[in-house]
Amino acid sequence: MLEVSDLPKRLLDLGRHYPDAKSDIVAEVVVSILSSMSGDLSSREAALLHEIGSLGQAVATTRLEIAALGVDDITVSYIPCANDELDAIVAHTASATESILEVCETLDALGSAMDGVAARQLQDATMKIYEACSFQDITGQRITKVVHTLKTIETTIARIVQTFAPVTGALEPVVRAPDVSLLNGPQLPATAMDQSDIDALLASFD
Amino acid sequence: MSINHSVNVLIVDDYKTMLRIIRNLLKQIEFDNVDEATDGTDALAKLRAGNYGLVISDWNMVPMTGLELLQEVRRDPKLKTLPFIMITAESKAENVVSAKQAGVSNYIVKPFNAETLKGKIEKVLGNA
Repeated sequence: MLEVSDLPKRLLDLGRHYPDAKSDIVAEVVVSILSSMSGDLSSREAALLHEIGSLGQAVATTRLEIAALGVDDITVSYIPCANDELDAIVAHTASATESILEVCETLDALGSAMDGVAARQLQDATMKIYEACSFQDITGQRITKVVHTLKTIETTIARIVQTFAPVTGALEPVVRAPDVSLLNGPQLPATAMDQSDIDALLASFD
Repeated sequence: MSINHSVNVLIVDDYKTMLRIIRNLLKQIEFDNVDEATDGTDALAKLRAGNYGLVISDWNMVPMTGLELLQEVRRDPKLKTLPFIMITAESKAENVVSAKQAGVSNYIVKPFNAETLKGKIEKVLGNA
């Protein structure tokens, strides 16, 4: 008759038998032990066994859920694909902006050979185009933030999957230099400080 | 306000498009002596070798950021009083405060217009 006190020995034996034991093997062990248990158990031992049983069930359920999710599709296909799409957006907007700036510089050259009201109007118009073209810088920075987010999701998924394989060592925490930690990127319009907010903040130092 | 428009200006940004935009806006507000750098390290080398009267820099660059460039400029006995304007999308209060503490002359948030650029340059060069 197997007693609870035999549990550590049984697990050690199995560990020696299966040095590369995976979570499914552990689950098997749990089921095997539970099915062979009988006799009187103290309430504490029964609670412990119940916890072990729940843990085994949770592991099995999570494995099924991860299998159903198709994580390989996410990490191998969807996220790299999304990154490629975003890279393409950055490349296309950069190329379009270069073209617009070239035309604008041509208009500027024409304007400098003119006099009077028309020349001033042309200069005002080209100035507004230059100002508007800075969208490419802002959208580029926003897209970079999204790419970082996708990479974080990818890493998180890899970590979850890794918990079902033998642990090879903890991942090193990412250490950021103090200045780099200040790189917040463009803020969303609803929460951003505008130029007048910044002017007021700067003035508060004087 | 009488401003010296012949001053040598160094613009620093890792986005070529942005350098082109700032250069053209500076041209329209009559600053023609404009040089470019694509990161802080490049900018610092140019500043130490050249004779500039104004720096306009982005913050978010590698390997040396705009804030690190500003800190290096303020540490350098030859450059420490050089007017330095940060034009950046980094608009959180903590960024503005850090830049001010590092000795920034003025701070412009992207996207900006030519009028803001002109106003800040006049203020900075007027006080220089």
